[in-house]
Amino acid sequence: MLGIRVGPGLLGHIFDGLLRPLAEPTDDPAVGARFHFTPTSSVGETLAAGAIFGQVVARGARTQYALVPPDVSGRVRAIAPESDVSDEQTVLTLALADGTQTEVALSHFWPVRSPRPVQARLPSDEPLVTGQRVLDSLFPIALGGKGAIPGGFGTGKTILLESLAKGCLADVIVYLGCGERGNEMAGVLEEFPQLEDPRTGRSLMERTVIVANTSNMPVAAREASIYSAVTVAEYFRDQGLHVALMADSTSRWAEALREVSGRFGELPGEGGYPAYLSSRLADFYERAAKVRTLNGAIGSVTLLGSISPPSGDFSEPVTSHTKRYVRSFWALDSKRAHARFYPAVNPLQSYSEDALDLAVWWLKRYADVPTSRARRASGENEWLELRREFLTLLDEQARLERMARIIGKDALPARQRLTLLAAELVNEAFLRQSAFSPVDRTCSPERQARMMRLIAHFIELANDAANRGITPEQIAALDVMRPLARMSEDIGEDRLDGFATLEARMEQAFAALVPQTEESHAA
Amino acid sequence: MQPRVTVHDAAVRLEGPLLFMHRTLDVGLNEAVSVAGRDGAPRLGRVAALDEDLVTIEMLEPASGLALDGTVVRFLGEPIEFGVGPALLGRIFDGVGRVIDGGPPLPVKERLRVDGVPLNPVKRATPRSFIETGITAIDLMNSLVRGQKLPIFSGGGLPHDRIAVEIAANARLRGEEAGNFAIIFAGIGVPYTTAEYFRRSLEQSGALERSALFLNLASDSSTQRLLTPRFALTAAEYLAFECGKHVLVITTDLTNYCEALREVAGAKGEVPGRKGYPGYMYSDLATLYERAGCVHGAKGTLTQLPILTMPSDDIGHPIPDLSGYITEGQIVLSRELDRAGVYPPVNVLPSLSRLMKDGTGKGHTHPDHPALSSQLYAAYARSTQARLLASVVGEDGLAETDRRYLAFGTAFERKLVSQAQPRTLEDSMDAGWQLLRMLSTAELSRLSDAQIAEHLTHDRVAEAAP
Repeated sequence: MLGIRVGPGLLGHIFDGLLRPLAEPTDDPAVGARFHFTPTSSVGETLAAGAIFGQVVARGARTQYALVPPDVSGRVRAIAPESDVSDEQTVLTLALADGTQTEVALSHFWPVRSPRPVQARLPSDEPLVTGQRVLDSLFPIALGGKGAIPGGFGTGKTILLESLAKGCLADVIVYLGCGERGNEMAGVLEEFPQLEDPRTGRSLMERTVIVANTSNMPVAAREASIYSAVTVAEYFRDQGLHVALMADSTSRWAEALREVSGRFGELPGEGGYPAYLSSRLADFYERAAKVRTLNGAIGSVTLLGSISPPSGDFSEPVTSHTKRYVRSFWALDSKRAHARFYPAVNPLQSYSEDALDLAVWWLKRYADVPTSRARRASGENEWLELRREFLTLLDEQARLERMARIIGKDALPARQRLTLLAAELVNEAFLRQSAFSPVDRTCSPERQARMMRLIAHFIELANDAANRGITPEQIAALDVMRPLARMSEDIGEDRLDGFATLEARMEQAFAALVPQTEESHAA
Repeated sequence: MQPRVTVHDAAVRLEGPLLFMHRTLDVGLNEAVSVAGRDGAPRLGRVAALDEDLVTIEMLEPASGLALDGTVVRFLGEPIEFGVGPALLGRIFDGVGRVIDGGPPLPVKERLRVDGVPLNPVKRATPRSFIETGITAIDLMNSLVRGQKLPIFSGGGLPHDRIAVEIAANARLRGEEAGNFAIIFAGIGVPYTTAEYFRRSLEQSGALERSALFLNLASDSSTQRLLTPRFALTAAEYLAFECGKHVLVITTDLTNYCEALREVAGAKGEVPGRKGYPGYMYSDLATLYERAGCVHGAKGTLTQLPILTMPSDDIGHPIPDLSGYITEGQIVLSRELDRAGVYPPVNVLPSLSRLMKDGTGKGHTHPDHPALSSQLYAAYARSTQARLLASVVGEDGLAETDRRYLAFGTAFERKLVSQAQPRTLEDSMDAGWQLLRMLSTAELSRLSDAQIAEHLTHDRVAEAAP
């Protein structure tokens, strides 16, 4: 059975699909794979499977735990003192129940196709904060959830996954480059060490494990790489960490499955894929969970897979089967990508089944944000309300644009022209988020909440103005429209009160508007 | 090297370019063979498949005249190799690396396997340096970066050959590396006239001395076609990673390569995939495209500009589709623009350069280059919407803003995309700023206030003042 060694030497390094290191080992013994081990158990103690028996510090990296393998338990017969050891050296000897004994090192072997056991799977009521507004605020994913990012080529799957790897609030990132480009891997390797982990402020690479099987590397290892990566993720989960696995791209994995299956002479199913494609996909996505680990800690594995459907057609087998298992579906859209509107998540095709479960979490975030505006007294969850308002608006926009194509924009009633104006602001100011902007590459939940409220307030004011007889064109001509459209670029995390200033300016601008007479409008 | 072994009269079947023979000795996959028929003339081939009883040999030269009896197969005991040397620049080769320019044989410095070896991602350096092609739609909107693979998606009858030749003649590096540039040109299954056009144009523009041509003609065997890009890339890798040159590999036409792949896979009796192409076409194309790159410690770089014609202009066809998933972007040519007389007819909306962000902007080109490109994209996308609207309700039915965008879209195609002469990046950027003046500054949400002040309003005031 194909297995891999998981241990403290994984963080910060790059491996191939069978988890063999791709970087050449250094000769310098001071830098080599030495780990500082501090025992936390003593002789005579009984250790259950998956228990923590020590702390490990790799040179220049964070503290990890030494775990008893999930399939071993027994009484400690001997344990190494505090010392520098390699990750394959025996540090613990356990006497098993059957009278034999077994030796345990910092790393252990695990078959990649078997999920690592846990005490219990837990329901998830908090999101994996991704730092992307369109995802967190409109289509959130739960910690321990599963999401898919389908999109034709050039729609920004890889950039989005990389943004998530950089900005999401997970403890450990496992980044799987499966059948994709070598230059992208080189880019990640070069960029990540220079970036900061948003959680700890240390180098981003320290929380990252990269598994790379680029498109020109052997196909059979590509098929295995997805299991290697998820096993690594589960290993860190078992230490009580929240892990996010980005798999780019699951289609290449499915193609490897197809290629291997074809060579075995198996009967091809839909699209040439073997008939067991959907159960394999289920096996993979079902390994996502928030759990109580064997040693009682809370950890999670969140799975995010990109899909590369041939000619961007979502009805193909990999996309349609994946849809059956994931709870967040972030459809990328080539029309948006062509206009360089990133992330090109299409709000009408995307969905999140986790949204309701996460409403309470979001309500708390909104409660922390000061507001000048009187809250509408509907008594409902404000985030859910705003989210629904935005989604309805975007849906309405699509409908009106279809109509405008037939009768012309000018022929639409004022109220509908206003809807189009508001929807455009939601798109430009809120949904668009540049992955390369130093200000906006990630967005905290607090900033998201402020922006969402500000835009909702704009819509309210605009509607009030329309009731007073103000035309949408008058509103579009307001000076404040440009700072509103650019707020994501202009107002960064460090000056959140800028939103209040902008809101005040917006209120003044609306207050100063007077209705035009019919003649002046015609002129 | 293993001893060469000669086998007589072991052939059992001949099918198109494939020769099946009894497996009487231990040979390895992809080893080179030489097959002689009764006429005694040797033909190059390679071991394509092995099973318990049979060895399948792929003939790289026409198999006509071979018979089951009297066929002599010599196993050369080595993979197919290409003898390369720095003198290959300025020379012309056939599809399998034999000199065809009538000159002396190439002085060989090294023999390299044409398959290449997959490059370990750890050894790759991130591509960061801008290459100026002289084409605004590429330089300004979808910049090419050293080490990138950026295909041109074209269609039958579109001027991709002319674009390729002009890029070969005008492409230059900026800065001190400018002189250290070489071009490898691979014609895969091209008609004789096209091959001649390439040769003559390169000679006339003086680019031939920094180029090497590999020409596999449409009349050459399809098995040979599978090797042509590999020979060209082997030469390019040698020049880039051994001789320290910045090499641009232009291959045309990858569609012919994929057709040959389908033909040979069919002859081997493999299970066909989408549209009859083999299921491994993605992996196979990746072994070509992924040979582009920069390597830590090597001075040179290998950039690829493959050209492929989309069958019936369908970007969803397996050939462009799979290519797009491997390459770092694509430049898409449009028949509509071509008909409207726009040259080069680049449709910028579906075009994309994934590495542009790494090779443009501050420290690479101009600090405002990325923002300008992004703003032009947004405005042009908006103008195509206005055009759609106008096609239904007529131009008069449009709102003022939409009318402005409509005019912008036309000007964008006529003045920015269309060009008679190569432009420097600076000229291209000037043309871009000029166009944006057609729109009101309030609309330009992709530009910062400082950028608007520096490039747009400032000059406006200056122009108005005198």
